[in-house]
Amino acid sequence: MEGAILGGTGWRRGAFNTAVILVFAFVLLPVATVVWLSFFDQEILAFPPEGYTLRWYANAWDRREFARGFVVSLQVALVSMTIGVTFGTAAAYAIVRGRFKGREAINGLLLGPLAVPGVVAGTALYVFYVQVDNALDFQLVATLHGLIAGHVLLTIPWTVRLVAASLQGLDGAIEEAAMNLGARPWTVFRRVTLPMMRPGVVAACLFSFIQSFENLELTLLLTGPGRQTLPVAMLNYLEFKVDPTLAAVATVQIVLIGALMLITDRFVKLSRVV
Amino acid sequence: MAGLHLEGLAKRYGATVAVERVDMAVAQGELVALLGPSGCGKTTTLRMVAGFIAPSAGRILLDGKDVTAAPPWARDTGMVFQGYALFPHMTVAQNVGFGLEMRGTARAERDRRVTEALRLVRLDHLADRLPRQLSGGQQQRVALARALVVNPSVFLLDEPLSNLDAKLRAEVRVEIRALQQRLGLTTLFVTHDQEEALTMADRLVVMDRGKVMQIGTPEELYETPANLFVAGFIGRCTILHGTVEAPGTVRVGAAAVSVDGGTPGSTVAVALRPERVAISLGEGTGLPGRIELVTYLGGLTDWHVATEAGTVLVTRPTPPHDDPLRRLAVGDAVRLSWLPAHARLLAAEADAA
Repeated sequence: MEGAILGGTGWRRGAFNTAVILVFAFVLLPVATVVWLSFFDQEILAFPPEGYTLRWYANAWDRREFARGFVVSLQVALVSMTIGVTFGTAAAYAIVRGRFKGREAINGLLLGPLAVPGVVAGTALYVFYVQVDNALDFQLVATLHGLIAGHVLLTIPWTVRLVAASLQGLDGAIEEAAMNLGARPWTVFRRVTLPMMRPGVVAACLFSFIQSFENLELTLLLTGPGRQTLPVAMLNYLEFKVDPTLAAVATVQIVLIGALMLITDRFVKLSRVV
Repeated sequence: MAGLHLEGLAKRYGATVAVERVDMAVAQGELVALLGPSGCGKTTTLRMVAGFIAPSAGRILLDGKDVTAAPPWARDTGMVFQGYALFPHMTVAQNVGFGLEMRGTARAERDRRVTEALRLVRLDHLADRLPRQLSGGQQQRVALARALVVNPSVFLLDEPLSNLDAKLRAEVRVEIRALQQRLGLTTLFVTHDQEEALTMADRLVVMDRGKVMQIGTPEELYETPANLFVAGFIGRCTILHGTVEAPGTVRVGAAAVSVDGGTPGSTVAVALRPERVAISLGEGTGLPGRIELVTYLGGLTDWHVATEAGTVLVTRPTPPHDDPLRRLAVGDAVRLSWLPAHARLLAAEADAA
């Protein structure tokens, strides 16, 4: 397909196709390997497999920390996504459509969390939370709201980026047309702007959810006893045992997120937004 | 006082003047074109009428009511945008019905009027399509129907034809004009295309660099341009610069050119329409010259004639084969003449009235 677009012939097209296949292999091979490993019938991972089994899936189910972690991750991800996408969308709208000083600075600030390594951000938040606790006697460390607040930070840059990108391609005259037809600003936003931003907002929801659901570094520093997210549960398991159970958990996670992307793609063509 | 009245309307951005004191009116049922090169302030004027730009000075009266301070949604204007600005997520019928919905029109009444408006632009069979499933010309008609259906006091068109190809443009031009006359729509139309303005408008407002250069019917602007800018912008013409020697004669370089009137001693410009200049072969009276360039345009032929007064453009319906004019070639000697009344005397500065 791409080869035809480039219009190359002979070896050029061959080289291009090879490169495309290599890139796909590089991206997909680790994922495929994890899925494959999860069915190996042996505790110590080695190739070739001695046989195939489903017992690691049963083991993952029996060890309740994974199911519990999944529920915690789901809760945190859904709440963080909702908060982050709401505020991120508002911010993106203000940045693209607003005419005020410091727009660029605010834009940079909101994209900031992307540039800070998770461990650094987590440590900084932890120290900050402790300070807040000392000064205001308001506990954030090791609480659910503290964790969610941290995750909202992860979702904001994605939302701002994706929604701003979808807004930039929007003709401002469309909103003017709505106003000209008698719509007040709030009606214009609700009936015209928001529906037109929908692809960006849906994509932002998806990416925010994944960012939060899969986050490990920040979570490690903010989570409390008895509240493990799925990635933390997996890391804890890894510390005491290396067997295909983790591959089984990861496979379930891959399938879930893959399904989520496919469903999203039915509503919004992700390739057009991202 | 029905219609649209602009009184001393101005827009300044800091020290930059975008629009300088526009006084004009669009009478009930009249189509007025705002015409001028890009950056002349015509679009800014239109957007001030729609309420998207706040004027720095002046008043906007719509059907006698001062709407200068009213927000866009409270003004009774129907605008057609250059890029159509259709709502991409709504069907054709929803697009057209939006204005009625905002006015709280009842469902049944709304459906009836939407169908009627779509029939008017011959799109009733596409009511359930999305804008992106339509051609440019069809989208354009949806935009027209959407603005029409709310029955606005004034219809505002912002270069509505510029995104269409040449053939379609000519068709839609006729269609809009017919619709406007049939429904008696009070219309303000922005364009940079003089042909569009001349063929569609009852009256034209020619603007340049924020100022109104002249207001008049197409005929008035063509026959009696008020200044050099209008003479040069509307239609083709030869401009000769010179000094009035005596009433009826202007000295241009080495040549004496006959005109109608003039104050002796004043510096003037003489505007000559190419079809008003007579061209003849050989000896006789008139300004002598030599053919510099012949352009065959099918129905018309242009001759660029070098004279002592400068190069003069002459145009004629292409002469038949047996006419000696048909054989004129570069370098041939000719004589040019015109009625003094056809040589329009103008002030030498481009924008002086």
